[in-house]
Amino acid sequence: MDATVEKPSTENKTWNGGNKPLNASYGKIMMWFFIVSDALTFSGFLAAYGFSRFKFIDSWPIADEVFTHIPFIHGNFPMYYVAFMTFILIFSSVTMVLAVDAGHHLKKNKVIIYLFLTIIGGLIFVGSQAWEWNTFIKGSYGAVETKGGKVLQFVKEDGKRVALGDFAVSIHSERTKQSSNEAIWFLSEKELPSVTLSEVTKGFLADESLLIRTQYLDENGHRIVLSRDESVAKLTNDGRGIVEGANLKHNEYGTPLFADFFFFITGFHGFHVFSGVIFNIIIFFNVVIGTYERRKNYEMVEKVGLYWHFVDLVWVFVFTVFYLV
Amino acid sequence: MAQDHNLAIFRGRLKFKSNQSKIWGVFTLLSIITIIEVALGIIKPEFLTTNKLFTLKYLNWIFLILTVVKAYYITWDFMHMRDEKMGLRRAVVWTAVFLVIYLVAILLIEGDYIFDVYKENYIKFNF
Repeated sequence: MDATVEKPSTENKTWNGGNKPLNASYGKIMMWFFIVSDALTFSGFLAAYGFSRFKFIDSWPIADEVFTHIPFIHGNFPMYYVAFMTFILIFSSVTMVLAVDAGHHLKKNKVIIYLFLTIIGGLIFVGSQAWEWNTFIKGSYGAVETKGGKVLQFVKEDGKRVALGDFAVSIHSERTKQSSNEAIWFLSEKELPSVTLSEVTKGFLADESLLIRTQYLDENGHRIVLSRDESVAKLTNDGRGIVEGANLKHNEYGTPLFADFFFFITGFHGFHVFSGVIFNIIIFFNVVIGTYERRKNYEMVEKVGLYWHFVDLVWVFVFTVFYLV
Repeated sequence: MAQDHNLAIFRGRLKFKSNQSKIWGVFTLLSIITIIEVALGIIKPEFLTTNKLFTLKYLNWIFLILTVVKAYYITWDFMHMRDEKMGLRRAVVWTAVFLVIYLVAILLIEGDYIFDVYKENYIKFNF
C-alpha cells in the first residue's frame, strides 16, 4: 500500500486534512456513508411494515402458514427453505471476507476462488427468492374474499386446510376469459380464477364437514374457525369473489398489505443482492486480469465486500421481522 | 495491513490464532444462532408464546435479541468494525441505532393507536 498511496504531510496540521480522527481511506468512509443511509431506508420499510402489522395486529397472516414450500418436494415445511436461503447468504458473506483476507496477503488465486464462490452464493439466493415469489404469487389453497376485503379460508373439522378445487362443484357457465381481440380493443382481463364463487358456495353447502377459517386471530395467535352455521351465513352473506395466490390488490393469505410489504421489502433486498452480484462480477474480472495485483492493493475487494456484508446484514433483519416474529 | 486484526471476540475471552480461523469461528456462531432461531420458530414453545414482557411475547424478544447479536458479529468481524478507529465505529453505529430506534418506536406506537381506534370506535370492519 505504501508504494502507491502518496502521503501528504498532514501530521501536525489542524485543518486541510490534518488530525485524522477516522483514519480510514476515502473510499471506505464513503461506502460506510452509503451503508448508513441505505440502512435507514431499509429500516423505514421495516418500520412501516411494523406499523401496518400493529394496525391489523389481530388479523395479520402467520408467516409459518404462508411460506411452507420447498422446491421439488410436496408437503408442509414451514420456514425450512428461508432458513436455507439465510445460510446461503451468511456463507457467501464468509467467502467474501475470506477473499478480503486473501487480498490483504496479496494471494491473487485465493481471491479469485473465494470471489467466485461468493458470486455463486449470491446467484443461488436471488434464484431462491425468485422461486419464493413465484410460489407466493401462485398461492396454494385459494380463498374467498368478502365485501370488506377480508379472506375466508376453508378447513375440515380437524383444522386441515382444503383447497377450493377440492370441494367446488362444477356448474356450467358461459363466462369465458375476455381478450382484446374478441371485444372492444381496450377491454381485456387477466386469467379467470379456476372456480367461481357460486361453484364454491354450492360445494360448501353440500359438504357438511367444511368450516370457514377467518383471518382473525384469537388471544393465543390461532386463527378463529367459525361454527358450521356461522360459516354458511358468512359465506352466503359476505362472500364476493375468489382469490387465488397473491398480488398487490388481493392476497389469499390475509390482508393485501402483507403481500405488498412482502413484494416491496424482499424485492428491494433482492435488487440489492442482484446489484451486489454485479459488483462482485466486475471486481472478479478485475482481479483475474490483475488490476489490483499491479496496484499491490486489494482495497476495492474490501469496499465491495462491505456492501455485500451489508446485504447479508439487512437479510438478517428481514428474516426476523418477516418470517420469525 | 494484514497484521493488525483484532483477533479476540467475546470481550477477549475467545482468542483466535489467525484472521481466517476467526472468520470460521464467527461463522459457526452465526450458524448456531440461526439454527436456534429457526428451531424456535418451528416449535414455538407454549410458555414462550403465552407469556409477555412489555406487550411483546418472550419468543419475539428472543428473536429480536438474537438478531441484534447476529448483526453485531456481522458488522464487527465481517465488516471489520472491530479493527476500525473508535470514531468511525461510533459515527456509523450510534447514528444508525439512534435513528432506527426513534423511527420504529414512533411508528409502532402510532400503529397500535390506530388499531385501538378501529377496535373501540364506531368504525367497524366486521363484514
